[in-house]
Amino acid sequence: MSQTLFEKVWSSHEILRTEGGDSLLYVDRHLVHEGSRTAIDKLDDNQLGVARRHQTFGTADHYVPTQGGLDSLAVDQRKMVETFDANMSRFGIEAWGLGTRRQGIVHVIGPELGLTLPGMVLVCGDSHTSTHGALGALAFGIGASEVAHVLATQAIWQRKPKAMRVSVNGRLAPGVFAKDVILAIIAKIGTGGATGHVIEYAGPVIEAMSIEERLTVCNMSIEAGARAGLVAPDETTFAYVRDRPFAPTGEMLEQAIAYWRSLRTDTDARFDAEITIDQELHAPMITWGTTPETAIPVDGTIPDPESAGSPERRDEWQRALDYMGLAAGERLQDVQIDQVFIGSCTNGRIEDLRAAAEVAKKGRARVPVLVSPGSMSVRAQAEAEGLDRIFREAGFEWRGAGCSMCVGMNGDLVGFQKRSVSTSNRNFVGRQGVGARTHLASPASAAASALCGHIADVRSLF
Amino acid sequence: MFDPFSEDRVLRQFVTVTAKAAPMPAANIDTDQIIPARFLRRPRKEGYGDCLLYDARFDEAGRERPGHVLNQERYADAQILVTGRNFGSGSSREAAVYALADYGFRAVVAPSFGDIFFNNALINGFLPVRLPEEEVAEIVGVISSDAGDNTIRIDLEKLSLEAGGKTYRFHIDGLKRRCLLEGLDDIALTRTHTDEIEAFERRHFERMPWLDDRKRTAESQDPE
Repeated sequence: MSQTLFEKVWSSHEILRTEGGDSLLYVDRHLVHEGSRTAIDKLDDNQLGVARRHQTFGTADHYVPTQGGLDSLAVDQRKMVETFDANMSRFGIEAWGLGTRRQGIVHVIGPELGLTLPGMVLVCGDSHTSTHGALGALAFGIGASEVAHVLATQAIWQRKPKAMRVSVNGRLAPGVFAKDVILAIIAKIGTGGATGHVIEYAGPVIEAMSIEERLTVCNMSIEAGARAGLVAPDETTFAYVRDRPFAPTGEMLEQAIAYWRSLRTDTDARFDAEITIDQELHAPMITWGTTPETAIPVDGTIPDPESAGSPERRDEWQRALDYMGLAAGERLQDVQIDQVFIGSCTNGRIEDLRAAAEVAKKGRARVPVLVSPGSMSVRAQAEAEGLDRIFREAGFEWRGAGCSMCVGMNGDLVGFQKRSVSTSNRNFVGRQGVGARTHLASPASAAASALCGHIADVRSLF
Repeated sequence: MFDPFSEDRVLRQFVTVTAKAAPMPAANIDTDQIIPARFLRRPRKEGYGDCLLYDARFDEAGRERPGHVLNQERYADAQILVTGRNFGSGSSREAAVYALADYGFRAVVAPSFGDIFFNNALINGFLPVRLPEEEVAEIVGVISSDAGDNTIRIDLEKLSLEAGGKTYRFHIDGLKRRCLLEGLDDIALTRTHTDEIEAFERRHFERMPWLDDRKRTAESQDPE
């Protein structure tokens, strides 16, 4: 029977399926971070251990400071980092804590270390786990109780999601990056547009992308509501995986690649939904509202709630405009900003930093800019390439690795009613701090906005 | 080994609820709004009820916003929340469910939910009820009306919701419903399948030996 890529990975991990349609899936890899505290408390309360510690890996990312070390944290933040370290060593789980050379955001280090491989089922207690699908893995975020369940059993109950294919045709115009592609997709299908689905990204634009670009696209699958997002593994994938510290080597790698080549959607396989993107990729995208679906071309104007289509939508848009301190009809490029964040599991990789540095060379920041590489390995690579020097000369702050200002749990926050252009993934009400106003954009757009002091079209600088 | 029929069973169980309902019809109430990230470091045992929808319920000075539905006398003891589409989207934080449950809610009714929130809710004995958008709007109308009774009855066994003299049908499938009705613990349930998991694992690693991490770590390929 013809199968989609997603169905192939799903069925190869199905331990059993009940008559009622619940599948018990085998988990190849489980990644954990400081948020595992609640799950581990649950194990302790029930005198349970970790079933497969060798398939579990940890890194400290959500609470780690990006400067000043542990002492710069509040007592309860610091406790999260310390509890994580203690839990990892207590259960014998290989983990990278603050101050180790491989520490970083869980969705950056997974692919980077070769922990993420094609054809795997990978889970993590974080919604952006969809990122890892870029390598052809089925990867999805889970809650604390499910983390406890996976720790205790190495399996997870799931009902099979539907399959959606998003085909991206055409080619990327100058100044248009992977971030713009995924923002355009979410703008088209909506924040709930892929709820209950796993998205397979396909088409010439995706095929031409590097793995890092695909990671950015898959990362934001959850922002369209998708359970997961993935891309069929290809030569680009195999070349990326080769020589990663935890990837198979030699004969074993060749055997793996032979299998990974079979992980493609069969030509006559059916999807429950098909979306095509081709006319949407002419300009960099940026959001104006409080959901990622409010992305529009950066050279556009803020839409009028009266054109929203229904009274409910009109009210939603108006509430978003009120929160953002914006008015319908305003040109986005005229909007003054207070700060810029470059980093996160969406855009904290080396290619992202290179793109931002390329722009940073053109001038000097007019607002504070925080650059947080996605991992300490990315940071080391960036420094080897001299990117840190470019950032510093442009007045950008060069920090340590972690989730940082994407979610602000470590205290890297946007102020009340302050406006940021951010390369992160969520512009939700209060996401970057109480009252913070977030505009999501690519690293190049963010750097361009930093140099201009207002939302900027990066194409105008080149 | 812990007991799947322990006292926790009561907390996990859900059969019916008859209670006052509060209308909050806005769409896209994401988990960052349900519980802002700064509260997540609080230990679970201290409770999250006071953090629920914090920045919507309270202003910058910590004063109640009188306009918020949960600050209105009429809805003070509501145990059912009726809200807009895409409720609980975004972050996987299970604390969103803890905050709702600790506050006193037992169920939330909406046209659609974030998938992760939906699963988190079911595991915690908290019922997410999906109904078509028009039906949710109708229920919001009933419980918002000064004349109307804002009591709702939800029955998980019958998969029905009664509001304003009308009965609505909803659906929850399979295992999660059974766990809720019986108050079963999912880990305990899965542990009855340990033999199948281990047999699967042996076949799986024979087919894809590169995934067998016990081998890799034993060879200590990557000492830090």
